Formats: sequence, C-alpha cells, structure tokens
Amino acid sequence: MALAGALHTPGAGAEVSPQRPGRRVPYLLLLPGTLWLLVFFALPIVVLFSTSLMVPVPGGEIGEYAPGLRFANYTEALAQYWPQFLRSFGYGLTATVLALAIGYPLAYVIAVRARGRPLLQQVMLLMVIAPFFVSFILRTLAWRQILADESLVVTTLKAVSLLPDDARLTATPVAVIAGLTYNFLPFMTLPIYASLERLDLRLIEAGQDLYASAVGTFRRVTLPLSMPGVVAGTLLTFIPATGDYVNAALLGTSRTAMIGNVIDSRFFRVVDYPTAAALSFMLMGTIVVLVALYVRRAGTEDLV
Amino acid sequence: MTAGEVAAGGVAAARVEPPVRRRRRFALGDYLLPAFAALAFVYLFVPIAYTFVFSFNDSGKSNLVWQGFTLDNWANPCGAPGVCGAVVNSIQIGLIATVAATAMGTLIAVALVRYRFRFRSTMNLLIFLPMATPEVVLGASLLAQFLNFRVNPGFWTIVIAHTMFCISFVVVTVKARVASLDPRLEEAAADLYASPVQAFWRVTFPLLLPGIAAAAMLAFALSFDDFIITNFNSGNTDTFPKFVYVSATRGIPAQANVIGSAMFLLALGVVVLGRVLSRRRRAA
Repeated sequence: MALAGALHTPGAGAEVSPQRPGRRVPYLLLLPGTLWLLVFFALPIVVLFSTSLMVPVPGGEIGEYAPGLRFANYTEALAQYWPQFLRSFGYGLTATVLALAIGYPLAYVIAVRARGRPLLQQVMLLMVIAPFFVSFILRTLAWRQILADESLVVTTLKAVSLLPDDARLTATPVAVIAGLTYNFLPFMTLPIYASLERLDLRLIEAGQDLYASAVGTFRRVTLPLSMPGVVAGTLLTFIPATGDYVNAALLGTSRTAMIGNVIDSRFFRVVDYPTAAALSFMLMGTIVVLVALYVRRAGTEDLV
Repeated sequence: MTAGEVAAGGVAAARVEPPVRRRRRFALGDYLLPAFAALAFVYLFVPIAYTFVFSFNDSGKSNLVWQGFTLDNWANPCGAPGVCGAVVNSIQIGLIATVAATAMGTLIAVALVRYRFRFRSTMNLLIFLPMATPEVVLGASLLAQFLNFRVNPGFWTIVIAHTMFCISFVVVTVKARVASLDPRLEEAAADLYASPVQAFWRVTFPLLLPGIAAAAMLAFALSFDDFIITNFNSGNTDTFPKFVYVSATRGIPAQANVIGSAMFLLALGVVVLGRVLSRRRRAA
C-alpha cells in the first residue's frame, strides 16, 4: 500500500511508471468504439431528426422526399396516431407494474429465502434466464398458440366457466400485455435479485427486534435498500416494452396496435419516412423525459 | 455438488443465518412466497415447454395442432425451406458482431475505469443512451441513415447494427470486472520493467478474461435473438428470428421449434458446464 502510494507521488511516478507519459492512451482505447457509436448511433439519430422534417417532392415518386423543415409532420403524426401512442405507454406501464408484482417476490425468494443454499439459488437463477435461450419470437408465437381459440387452455377455461363461451384470449389487449409482461420479466427480476442479494438480513431482524411489523420492516428497510434494483428493473422493462411491436403484431389486432407497429408499417408498407421518423423521435423524447423524471423521483442517479 | 461444496454451503448457511431467525413471525408468508415463486416459474416455462413439445409434432405444413409424435423433425432439422440458411446467417452475424463489439467495448471499459480523461461523463452518456433507446428507434434511425447514404441493407448492415447495440452491453459487463481488479498488479508489472503493452497482455488481459468471456456470450445471445433492429436493416437477408416472424403468418414449420429447442439445450448445457467448471476450480 505504501509502495503504491509512493508510485503516485509526482516525482517518483514519472520515472518509475512508464504508463504515465502516455496521455494519449485513453483516447486511443476509446477511439474505435466511440467512432462506431458516433457513426452508427449518434449520427443516425441526427439523420432521423432531419428525416422527420422532410417534405414530399412535388410530382415525385412515392417514397421520395426532400430535406426541409416541415414541423407539421409532428403535429399531423400525433393527430393521426395519438391513440397508438397513448396505448403504447399504457401497455408498457401496465406490463412494467405486472412484471414488478411478479418479479419482486420471485427475486426475494431467490435472494433472501434461498440464501445459504447456493445450489438452489443457482438453479433458480438459471430458470429465470432460461427463457432467453429460446428465441423471443418463438416464445411469443408459443403464447399465441397456447391462447388460441381452439387451444387446450381456452377450451378448459370455457368448460369450467371461468371464461364466457364467446370470449377469446388472443387478439385482445390482455394477450398483448401478458406477452409483454412475460417477455420482459427476467429483465425485471435479475436487477432486483442483484440488489436483494447484497441485503444484510440482520437489518430485517433489527427491524423485527424493534417491533416493526412485517409490512413495516419491508416498507422501511427491505424496499428502500432494493430501490436501485427496482429502478434498473423497471427501466429495463418499461423502455423495451413501450417500443415493442412484436407482441402487438403476433398477439393482438389492429385495435391493439402500438406505436412500434405504426412506425414499422409507415417505414415499410407506406414508405412514409417523415411520419415514421417523427413518431420515432416523439417516442424517444417522451421516454427520455419520463425516465429522467422517474430516476430523479426514485433518487438513484448513479445508474450509469 | 462435491462434498466440499456441500460443506461450503453449510458453512455459508451457518454464517448468514444466526439463531435469531427462529423469531420470525409471519408464518403464512413462509409458504405463500415460495408457492408464488413456483407459479412464476411455471409462467416462465410454459412457452418453452410448448416449443419443445411441438418440435415432436407430426405436423406436415403448419405446426398449429397436435397431430402425433414423430422424430422426423429432429432427424431432418433443415427440412423446411430456408430455415438452415437463416440459422447460418444468424450464427455468422452473431460471431462477427460479437468479436467486433467485444474488442471495442473492452477497450472502452479499460479506458473508463483506469484512466482520467476529459469528456468522461459524455462518454458514459454515449454508452448508456443506446441501451435506453427503444429498438424501433435504433432500427429506424440506422435505416434512415443507410437510405440517406444509398447503402442497400443486407448481411453487412445487420452486422453493423448488431455491433452497435452490443458495444454498450460489453462495456457495462467488462467495466464491472475491471473495477474489481487491483491496479497494483499492473504497477508491479511496470516495476518489473514490463512495457504497458506487455503488462496489458500478460497481467491485465488474463485477469479480465472471465469478464470478457461473459460479455462476449451476452453479445452473441443479444445478436442471435434480435429481431426488431434486424428487421429494419436486413433487406432480403434472413436471420433465424426474422425467418420465424415472417413464416408466422402461414404457420411456422416444426423445424423452427427443433432449432429453438436445440439452441435452448445447447445454451443450458454451456451455462451449466461453465458453472460446474468454475466451482470445481474454486474448490480446488
């Protein structure tokens, strides 16, 4: 320790450590990755913004646009697609809340109840990430078949009268939200597990010793200490769930279309790039604002 | 699973669970929570089981209704037109993107933890933003860029896109490992007249290797499973997820279930083997 300290004193460090003169080293290390992100992430966002303001070429072909500053693209896109826009955030939020309701107890069982039994913990963690090993699209399609009108689940539910005879599960908001919740549940569970895993159980016991109720101990001790995990998990669920269009496309109908579905079809079927770009930009902007508000509210700013 | 492990588990249990635990009061919760967790696991496993079971379906063209058990699909996984080409594309794209993203991401992670430099917080933001941007926006913006520069989407644009979104995940994963390294090890190497390059390859890199391997596996998994960004930037090139999505309208072939199930078993095997090996090494 003393030796390491000595190395950092200016005089000694300069002659002993040959690394120090390389002031350019960090920049060289950063260069390739930074360039890649600038060219293929940052610049495209700028291009997307300029695309969102383009104007159609008069008398041009379909899909031909010229650079412009047409801010009306935004208001028109919003006027036409506000239901899908609101629906995306509604579905995303509902799926996030549901995933939290399922994922928190699950993480608690793995991290706290199973503590001291490493093998059991490992197996349960593996079971949480296991869905990742089957393709995302295949899993969502599996749900479509499982919830299909003539499937075992639906016929059984109808036979025991849990579901009215004319009801269906696919092509409903329920199916889309269930699919979103399912697909992002591991993203919710793992960060909460990581937080709870570091939780000192003696703090819970201290709460009980001081005559706090189980609920009181949870609310005052466990929950605040697991907040970083909750914040990370909700963000990792909310952001992809809101922007998703696979679940809505495979499990829903046009009445459950989300903003991702609109962006996709504007791009590929209608070649209406400016509207697609404007919608993408509004989606990103709204998410950034919501996330910033949420992170400030939740009080954990050392996420990055 | 060796005797040593069991003993280690026992010691850990004895250490973290002092006798005070007897006094826990909410007996109902003792059963309620594990039961809830069991239900959650069932929820997580239903589609996996479905995919697996229907890989044995004697289905003919569309794999929607159970029509009897067969091993034909497993015997002939390339039986459906286009499915193996798509898998090969996915594997190639995954490997190239993983190597590129892991190399660039590791360098950034080392720089972020080990060096002081200007634009540090800007750099952190540049790493964080791609992870916080919805995939539709990443896909749409990159496609807008390619169209703008008259680049035809295809195999290489998918590689570029995958490399882009994997870099951030690599940085985050490797950063954790770099931060846990003792910088004095590198200083010791320098004291022993190792050049910075030698110190990196002989000391830092071997110590970082587990973190780099984890990051590479994550990158490959993300790339292999990505659909949304791929769909925007793929042109006529098929990847496995895209193949499944496109064929969904007319019913996916059972071969897709076979490949999905095989990937599941393979990944499970790799993870379990990795855990067992690292435990054995630790125990030794």
